Amino acid sequence: MKDAEADQRAGLFKLSEMIDVQHLVKRYGDFEAVKDVSFNVPEGEIFAFLGPNGAGKSTTIKMLTTLLRPTSGRIVINGHDAARDAFAIRRSFGIVFQDPSLDEELTAWENMEFHGVLYDMPRDLRHKRIDELLKFVDLQDRTHSRVRDFSGGMKRRLEIARGLMHQPKIIFLDEPTLGLDPQTRNHMWSYLKSLNAEQGTTIFFTTHYMEEAAKIAQRIAIIDRGVIVATGTTEELKAQTGTDSLEAAFLELTGKAIRDEDSSSLDRIRNMSRMWGRNR
Amino acid sequence: MKTIYVLWLRQIKRFLRSPTRIVGALGQPLLYFLAMGFGFGSIFRQAGAGNYIDFLAPGIMGMAIIFSAVFSGMDLIWDRQFGFLKETLVAPVSRFNIMLGRILGGATTAGCQGFIVILIAILVGFRPHDPWLLPLVFLVGVLVAFLFAAFGMLLGTLMRDMQGFPLIMNFLIMPMFFLSGAMFPLDNVPTALQVIALFDPLSYGVDALRYLLTGVTHFSLALDIGVIVGLSMLLVVLASSAFGRMQV
Repeated sequence: MKDAEADQRAGLFKLSEMIDVQHLVKRYGDFEAVKDVSFNVPEGEIFAFLGPNGAGKSTTIKMLTTLLRPTSGRIVINGHDAARDAFAIRRSFGIVFQDPSLDEELTAWENMEFHGVLYDMPRDLRHKRIDELLKFVDLQDRTHSRVRDFSGGMKRRLEIARGLMHQPKIIFLDEPTLGLDPQTRNHMWSYLKSLNAEQGTTIFFTTHYMEEAAKIAQRIAIIDRGVIVATGTTEELKAQTGTDSLEAAFLELTGKAIRDEDSSSLDRIRNMSRMWGRNR
Repeated sequence: MKTIYVLWLRQIKRFLRSPTRIVGALGQPLLYFLAMGFGFGSIFRQAGAGNYIDFLAPGIMGMAIIFSAVFSGMDLIWDRQFGFLKETLVAPVSRFNIMLGRILGGATTAGCQGFIVILIAILVGFRPHDPWLLPLVFLVGVLVAFLFAAFGMLLGTLMRDMQGFPLIMNFLIMPMFFLSGAMFPLDNVPTALQVIALFDPLSYGVDALRYLLTGVTHFSLALDIGVIVGLSMLLVVLASSAFGRMQV
């Protein structure tokens, strides 16, 4: 009987961990993008994942969202092992990517509809959510405009609306507020906070704005050169480094040298694409 | 099923929304058709081989199909570079269905391109031997397009960016077109060329279209369709395994 209780408690404990990452490694040839990362995020937490450019943030998010297979290590999300049951994990989360992922030839409404169909939302709910969310990000007047005519900020807002559309248990946001004005930023965070408070949605985000992380996140992990260098609340991180702001603590932990991000061939491709007359 | 449908629909919408692309893609086949058709027409007739326009039209349809179908498959590279692919890959849907929807969309649009070419050919003087077969011509066009869209999809999963594009163009698509019997009858060419044409999937596509449009065939319709369907299935298996392993 006692054992059964203990098992049950262990089971409950495990379930309350929304993200559980153990010894995660990603190697590209000789280069280790992620060296040995372990952390966990309990259900219902707002968790910030911070680090300088090229620290391994995006690589980690790609592995958490099943886009990339780890070289080694274990990822469990919402009780599902990523190596065995990626499909179940994909049902659990929504993501707002760092770089654009909209179809610019389609309208705002069509991008949302496409998403709703992929997530198997019933038609009525789909259309209701599209209306709600486009209103929320203030794009209701541009519902049927093609995304390619949108400004950068509008595209960003549409991406956010789309990521929230299917009401996932966990939301990944990779630098969601990049390029947003303070009004929209505020608006978005208050929505996410109420989602977190009312529905217990777990929120995992990265950002370069330290005040944002300090204000929003309940707990923070700082990653540098593929290793987690510190985890804790803002207060704990400040105490640990003997500094008086999260920004100072961050600089103390990761150093002051400026990092280069690996340049991709994206710009070259964009030029080529323009040459071929595709307006993306 | 719904996944296949929305991905198909997306391709169709993108196709219909870029009329410049449709017109642009018609330029090359029509240029070939007009220049070759009218340029070589009299020589062809003097050689006792009949009406060259009639012979050439199915070949040019095949040309329009192979180009736009392979490119539609390779659209995957753009979607990968511009991020949209991620949106489909994180969704809880099977990759096989994603791939199949894309291929079907590409096959439909490329089939339409090919059919537009035939309609224009009719305008400038091509006469199909049996106009009632035209719907069938369209369907076989889509079937041929499916084969090459699957091929383009396979290439798209294997390439990271468009750097290899000229290579694909000059060493795969162009040879497949020129050696397929699209522009000359395969009956009297040197054996070497005949053997090469045997290994060129477009030969069978063009032959099937030519049979339906003019009643003349080099292989036979049954063999043509058999090869196209068999090869399509093989390519779907290959593309699906490559796409399934693809990481972004």
